Amino acid sequence: MYAYSEFDHDVLKTRNAQFRAQVERRIAGHLTEEEFRPLRLMNGLYLQLHAYMLRVAIPYGTLNSAQMRQLAMIADRWDKGYGHFTTRQNIQFNWPRLHDVPDILDALAEVGMHAIQTSGNCVRNVTSDHFAGAAADEIADPRPVAELLRQWSTDHPEFQFLPRKFKIAITGSPNDRAVTRAHDIGLRMVLQGGQRGFEVIVGGGLGRTPVIGKVLAEFIPEADLLPYIEAILSTYNSYGRRDNKYKARIKIMVNELGLDEVRARVSARFDALRAEWTGADQAILADLRSAFLPPAFRVAPTDAFDAAYKADPVFRAFADTNLTPHWQDGYSIVTISLKAHGATPGDATSEQMRLMADLAARYGHDELRISHEQNVILPHVHKSDLPAVHAALKAAGLATANIGLVSDIIACPGMDYCALATARSIPVAQQIANAFAAREHDIGGLKIKISGCINACGHHHVGHIGILGLDRAGVENYQITLGGDATEAAALGSRAGPGFAYDQIVPAIERIIEAYLALRSAPQEPFIDTFRRVGAQPFKDALYQTGEHADAA
Amino acid sequence: MSTRFTPSVVTANDLFEGDVVYLTPQGGWSRIHAEAELFTQQDAAQAALDQALAQPDRLVGAYLAPAREGPNGPEPAHFREAFRARGPSNYPHGKQVEGMCRP
Repeated sequence: MYAYSEFDHDVLKTRNAQFRAQVERRIAGHLTEEEFRPLRLMNGLYLQLHAYMLRVAIPYGTLNSAQMRQLAMIADRWDKGYGHFTTRQNIQFNWPRLHDVPDILDALAEVGMHAIQTSGNCVRNVTSDHFAGAAADEIADPRPVAELLRQWSTDHPEFQFLPRKFKIAITGSPNDRAVTRAHDIGLRMVLQGGQRGFEVIVGGGLGRTPVIGKVLAEFIPEADLLPYIEAILSTYNSYGRRDNKYKARIKIMVNELGLDEVRARVSARFDALRAEWTGADQAILADLRSAFLPPAFRVAPTDAFDAAYKADPVFRAFADTNLTPHWQDGYSIVTISLKAHGATPGDATSEQMRLMADLAARYGHDELRISHEQNVILPHVHKSDLPAVHAALKAAGLATANIGLVSDIIACPGMDYCALATARSIPVAQQIANAFAAREHDIGGLKIKISGCINACGHHHVGHIGILGLDRAGVENYQITLGGDATEAAALGSRAGPGFAYDQIVPAIERIIEAYLALRSAPQEPFIDTFRRVGAQPFKDALYQTGEHADAA
Repeated sequence: MSTRFTPSVVTANDLFEGDVVYLTPQGGWSRIHAEAELFTQQDAAQAALDQALAQPDRLVGAYLAPAREGPNGPEPAHFREAFRARGPSNYPHGKQVEGMCRP
């Protein structure tokens, strides 16, 4: 993992001292809220429904045990003993007090973490495949490039006041687990003639105008990547709209100018600035690679895993659902579900954080990951250690075997916390998880994603079943979209029809799932395959009790 | 002013805690919705809001929130305001456990 240099520490120290002074001036009345608001947002501090909320970046979702323990300490000392992991691989603390925030930022800096650029019209936390560096299907670990992007974009003087926020995701695998096509820039590592480079996707995004990103360049050699991205940002900074907040994202610029014109302008900008890049970035990248070398894997028998798999059905279910193949023989990637049935998706108590940190330190080469699906990953666990890891997780309520199943729901904080929300998300997720807990293994892979407003933090557009909570004449109302996909085959779901009241949304989801169970060609055919085979209509008929379902209504 | 005015309370977030507060008939600030002053006249409501906006040293984001008279005092008239007055629904946190939420 990358460890902060003295320079990084100095930058944070200076920045935190600045913010401490800004908070003091605000409290003393020397700064108005209008003056203070952009300053606090630049440091990740929002004001939500009930309290301030501090959003802390977890760059490309990677952290070590000391960092996880520090997050637990912060949760206990300055918050309510828990944290919320988000779809952008951040953690949010929901209850900090204003005058404590400078101390929290100092505590974060002690372990090389910060909240810089987790808000504002700048380049946000660079996200990545949560299995990076471990996945068997990966070309190479994308995190050295992700870290290079983080360093380049942090406090970049030209890009602090973009037309709107800017999100970059990067993956090193052909199987996209980072939703690259729903980002302002998505980067997919590709090989061309043995040379490593990236397919550059631009203009993706969810929110009120959902768009699947388009391929701006099929192959940019790695050495040209940073200047090419700078050319994109520079083009966007010049031509992105600033007259209308809702038309300010790069996806609108791409739509209005056309992809070819954007490509031409980016190319012209690239040609103009490429010579300024004299190789310092590549020297840094070479150093960064050494920070992300694989850990010292051990070679050991896996008999303990085999024995537990055979003897213990609970462990077997966990292994079948929550493990992913590792490129190193004898190792597995463990996904720890933060979706215990009835729990708040993405929340972990300080005790749970400490346990996960302990497991990472003892069994996982000191690495943890946060997924955009709001789970925690131990990327490198030897199979012989899995029974012990599972037993420890089980004791802490962290062994739910539901990854990729109905109850593994993405849900934004919704109106329980968020000032922008138009309806609740969390209780809907809790009710759906409880309703299907007993039979979700029979139902199989199904991605349900819930957002509490059109800003789509819950990624509902790319859920197989998406749920969008709205305020309809002063009442919570939930729209359903069907057929979305967050993978390399990214697709936006289509709205099924009229929305449902709060107390009708779970029965509505039940009707869709019952329809799937009746329609699937075999138990092995997942929901999304059935949907693509038969189309939306049979699901709509079941949902609205029309067609052949009409008689049953 | 001929447009119909929705009865409202003046609410904001406390600068230091971020907690939701309401303007009381005494001109102070309470964390309990039922202790808020319910304004039925637009002019009076606007004047009270102006007074709140003039206190940036302790309040953030003051606005008029729709409310109605209830048996124990003003009640929120919109579900968003009900959540602000009570706290989140997934944990017993916020006003609902701090004795500041009357049913």
